[in-house]
Amino acid sequence: MKKKYCIAVTGLNAIDSPGPGVPVIRGLKDSKIFDSRIIGLAYESLEPGIYMHDIIDKTYQIPYPSSGADSLMERLNYIHSVEKIDIIIPNFDAELYSFIKLEKTLNEMGIKLFLPTLEQFEERHKVNLPKFGKKYDIRVPFSREIFTTSEIYGLTKDFVYPLVVKGKYYDAYIAYNPEQTITYFNKIASKWGLPIVIQEFIKGTEYNVTGLGDGKGNTISAVPMRKQYITDKGKAWGGITIEDKELLKITDNFLSKTKWRGGFELEMMKSPKNEYYLLEINPRIPAWVYLAVGAGQNIPEALVRLALGEEVEPYKKYATGKMFVRYSWDMIVDMEEFQNISTYGEL
Amino acid sequence: MKINKNVSISENGFVFNPTTGESFTVNPIGIEIINLLKLKKDETEIKKTLLDKFNTDITTIEKDYYDFMQMLKSLNLLETEAE
Repeated sequence: MKKKYCIAVTGLNAIDSPGPGVPVIRGLKDSKIFDSRIIGLAYESLEPGIYMHDIIDKTYQIPYPSSGADSLMERLNYIHSVEKIDIIIPNFDAELYSFIKLEKTLNEMGIKLFLPTLEQFEERHKVNLPKFGKKYDIRVPFSREIFTTSEIYGLTKDFVYPLVVKGKYYDAYIAYNPEQTITYFNKIASKWGLPIVIQEFIKGTEYNVTGLGDGKGNTISAVPMRKQYITDKGKAWGGITIEDKELLKITDNFLSKTKWRGGFELEMMKSPKNEYYLLEINPRIPAWVYLAVGAGQNIPEALVRLALGEEVEPYKKYATGKMFVRYSWDMIVDMEEFQNISTYGEL
Repeated sequence: MKINKNVSISENGFVFNPTTGESFTVNPIGIEIINLLKLKKDETEIKKTLLDKFNTDITTIEKDYYDFMQMLKSLNLLETEAE
């Protein structure tokens, strides 16, 4: 008989920039090693995962990351008192800081996590990427942070147009002149705050790698994917697994040098000269993770086992030429359910 | 010139390069050439096979062969010298 764990998962949203929560849960449900009771942790009452009762047993609303770690802890204390959570898998960049801070306290309560260290989380930050690339010998585009729109006209000293305007956590736009840069600066700053990162534009084809590091420098999982269909938000709406030794080498190098702990996504650009540039490191499992599960590497399952302190054998292979094609699906929901999550914060 | 050994081609002419994730479709003559390249046939053998199989002349075969090989090269489907 398989052991059953109570696993809480965030990132249940599924807009045009979907959260990784639902695909992570699909991976957990596919596990042949353990069973799971899934607790959804949602920020808003219209996150679709809340209403997916076939894969999520119960959902609780949690406070926004901007409320701070203390109010999150208070809410988790309550949820744990009811559900007896074994593991939490946070799936948003913006909430990771609080969860990393709370990891020790949560461990003492019997709740396991498998997250990067605070140092790992900070040094791979978009604003620190040039330093990160230099330290670990990884090719990255030139970038720098700016805090005011008055700095934009002076950017031509370091950049040629087009350039990429990026938010601290999310959003990226290609700007072809200073006026567009100002527009994107204001758009992103009002949503995600400052600083804004200005990055050299690298023309090429987008590739991503998702995987899992054990925190000791070993690659437990790594699956590279070529984006086949890209939305106007730059998100993959279709992708295919590929067999690229160079990408796997870059991933092994990243994991062995940083001793990365947890799930991750490397966003890469292959230039016309066939050189890979690392554009971003997302410090968590990406929304397309179910492709890796379908290709033979169940990253959510392996992450849970690592969180529990088990020895996990690294995955050695995956199927190439496996594709994912994303779709949206209209669920019909009774008003009563929406009412419950909105008023009681539970469903 | 050799075709990249990882490249696969289906019976209906769907070509997949697993290194880059790119896919293409080719016509029946393209299928023939890629399959001959996979069998490690050289340029002379390929042209002779095409001439025997298709109702055309050597000038047309040569022109089409070089165009097609140039296209394979630009799509990174041929092995580089180092490989």
